[in-house]
Amino acid sequence: MGQQHDAYFVPTKSYWPIVAAVVMFITVFGAAHWLNAGPGEAGFGKGVLTIGVIGIIGMFFGWFRSVINESLAGSYNAQVDTSFRMGMMWFIFSEVMFFGAFFGALFYIRMYSLPWLGGHGHGVLTHQFLWSDYVASWGANGGGGPEQVGGAFRTVPAWGLPLLNTMLLLTSSVTVTIAHHALRAGQRGKILLFLGLTVLLGATFLYFQAHEYMEAYNELNLTLRSGVYGATFFMLTGFHGLHVTLGTIMLLVIWFRVLKGHFNKDHHFGFEAVAWYWHFVDVVWLCLFLFVYIL
Amino acid sequence: MSYAATHDQHDDHHGAPKSFFQRWCMSTNHKDIGTLYLVFALTMFFIGGSFAMGIRAELFKPGLQLMQPYFFNELTTMHALVMIFGAIMPAFVGLGNWMIPLMVGAPDMALPRMNNLSFWILPFAFILMLSTLFLPGGGPAGGWTMYPPLSLQSNSLAYVVFAIHLMGISSIMGAINIIATILNMRAPGMDLMKMPVFVWSWLITAFLLIAVMPALAGAVTMLLTDKYFGTNFFNPGGGGDPVLYQHIFWFFGHPEVYIMILPAFGIISEIVPTFARKPIFGYKAMVFAIACIAFLSFIVWAHHMFAVGLPLGAEIFFMYATMLISVPTGVKVFNWVATMWGGSMTFETPMLFSIAFIILFTIGGFSGLMMALVPADFQYHDTYFIVAHFHYVLVTGALFAIIAAAYYWMPKWTGNMYSEFWGKVHFWNSVVWVNVLFFPQHFLGLAGMPRRIPDYNVAFANFNMVSSIGGFLFGASQLIFVGVLIHCVFFSKKKATDRVWEGAKGLEWTVPSPAPYHTFELPPVVRDEELAHGHVND
Repeated sequence: MGQQHDAYFVPTKSYWPIVAAVVMFITVFGAAHWLNAGPGEAGFGKGVLTIGVIGIIGMFFGWFRSVINESLAGSYNAQVDTSFRMGMMWFIFSEVMFFGAFFGALFYIRMYSLPWLGGHGHGVLTHQFLWSDYVASWGANGGGGPEQVGGAFRTVPAWGLPLLNTMLLLTSSVTVTIAHHALRAGQRGKILLFLGLTVLLGATFLYFQAHEYMEAYNELNLTLRSGVYGATFFMLTGFHGLHVTLGTIMLLVIWFRVLKGHFNKDHHFGFEAVAWYWHFVDVVWLCLFLFVYIL
Repeated sequence: MSYAATHDQHDDHHGAPKSFFQRWCMSTNHKDIGTLYLVFALTMFFIGGSFAMGIRAELFKPGLQLMQPYFFNELTTMHALVMIFGAIMPAFVGLGNWMIPLMVGAPDMALPRMNNLSFWILPFAFILMLSTLFLPGGGPAGGWTMYPPLSLQSNSLAYVVFAIHLMGISSIMGAINIIATILNMRAPGMDLMKMPVFVWSWLITAFLLIAVMPALAGAVTMLLTDKYFGTNFFNPGGGGDPVLYQHIFWFFGHPEVYIMILPAFGIISEIVPTFARKPIFGYKAMVFAIACIAFLSFIVWAHHMFAVGLPLGAEIFFMYATMLISVPTGVKVFNWVATMWGGSMTFETPMLFSIAFIILFTIGGFSGLMMALVPADFQYHDTYFIVAHFHYVLVTGALFAIIAAAYYWMPKWTGNMYSEFWGKVHFWNSVVWVNVLFFPQHFLGLAGMPRRIPDYNVAFANFNMVSSIGGFLFGASQLIFVGVLIHCVFFSKKKATDRVWEGAKGLEWTVPSPAPYHTFELPPVVRDEELAHGHVND
């Protein structure tokens, strides 16, 4: 394989892609069937969904195992590395656009449709016919307006747990960067320490987030059904939480890979990809903190 | 997979694997995956086409003849979803898969295994979506745009939403792959401003895909939670707004329109210079025009919603932004015509389809310009005028370009020449009947016939009958295409030369016909005179 690096690299055929397609299909088929089963119907959706999710986890193990093995065997040249980097960057860009849809919904509702429901500007007639005594407002200040359709609720104060969570994520971004510098300097103990700290900070964030959700449901009566406030609050923070969960798992995998000595100072795309992802999740949180909690 | 696997990277460098499953289901070969995409797209084209035949049969006469209105609505919805996500988009991805590595001198796509996954998600996604037709409660019937609250009444919403998620994942991965291939895998000397226009068009299209498919995923996810988890995104009773869905949907939907036409522009920009035997007129202008159209596509979405009750300022902004698009589009049409001007032209089938594209797409462009005018659009909105418009840009636009590309590159793919006679029979039948099919729909729309309705006023009877006859014959004409394809692949005795067409230029024509299983294992030497568009150092 000596001259491999002067030539192009094309990987061997693999059964993981078709396995991935099959398990993804099983997952969504199970999920759709489960959602569609009427009340009281047992259906097979849940079982199929479970099989699918297990399949997806197994597929990720298998596919990444083969890629890691090929990487360790030195099959990947600099060009492949660049392709991977581009792939990860554009994937993160697509994630940005996904969150953009939900932030767009939040801005539209707050800037336009809620004021219109309250009779401002363009929406006089809507106001007249739907909620003629509604005063446009956001969150708990509203006087029983349409955004409180699930019953009166209170909002999560920004300067309590959310502030703490902001601190945790910002710190974790610093620790992952320190770990990256340590990786470049070849200090393995330092990498393990700071990467481990990052994982712990991520896990702590998730613990507090779960705590906040329970408090919202049990004490504030803020639920997914609490009008459009509850919808945007839980969908935005929920999808973010899901991404933090994935990011934490990915960091944990990278921690074990560092432990096994998979990376050196020139060859650590896996580490960098996860670090990029982590910074992305961090930036999304800052937007959430500003637009969902503070404003 | 183990270490051992990495040591025999070479063992399939000699030819295609013997085992059927290994070759087609485990492939990392851009040509095989491209073929899979193209065969899939053709299959979906006929499935979607059969829905269209059902629609035209029902509309042949006023009154309900063949089907219940709900089934008719299922047909219109499924026809659109299948044609857009199953036929047009996969066909372009298939062409990109086959041709982009050949055109830029790469051995394969940048991420070949992900490429295989991108394809194999699609058949499953469509099984999920089409299966709803046979489930209790029926398939989606609220139109392909899935506007709430109508779409929320459908029992099949979860299936369709998840199918769209799968298609989105497939498209995003495919687009990432194409961008990485173009930016990272070009042979030395293949500068960005020397790339074929088709490659440029796909680079920009891939960017559009990555930017807007996630927005669609977000919008349909909100539909899903509104129906099944009690959120109120689109319910004014809970502070939401159904128009919000339309904004997010069309933020995806309008760039999506260009996703379906920019690669077609690229194809026409390859074919016209070949058969005019001249380099393309204004290469740089062509590239910048595509980039301009892509940029503008992000700021025109609300022109699909003029009649929904937007503030006046928004209507004026979106009207002018929409009309701006005609400037770069006009540049493109002008340059295709200028490329032909003074060329020594011949009229083989790909060229015939390309010329038909230029003329008929321009008709569709002009009716689009009419609809961009807000006051006029209040009249046109949701009528058959809209149906005629987008079929002119999608059938005589995108589809004709795909067919032209298939004829143009088929000899390179198969090593055999197709039958020029039957190709021309296919062309003349297509181009005549497609106009019989869609041109009367302009008049129907202007007279006020609404779209997506199985029954209509008797005043519309004559034009509808003409349109249906055109539809049946256009549909039948496409069977000729299948015949030409099968003949070319399996029976044609006439071997293709490497260059195939006398005026063809570009790296893809320097490899043998059929293109060997593996091409450009070592980076080729790129000579400027070999390139499609000559020297562009002006």
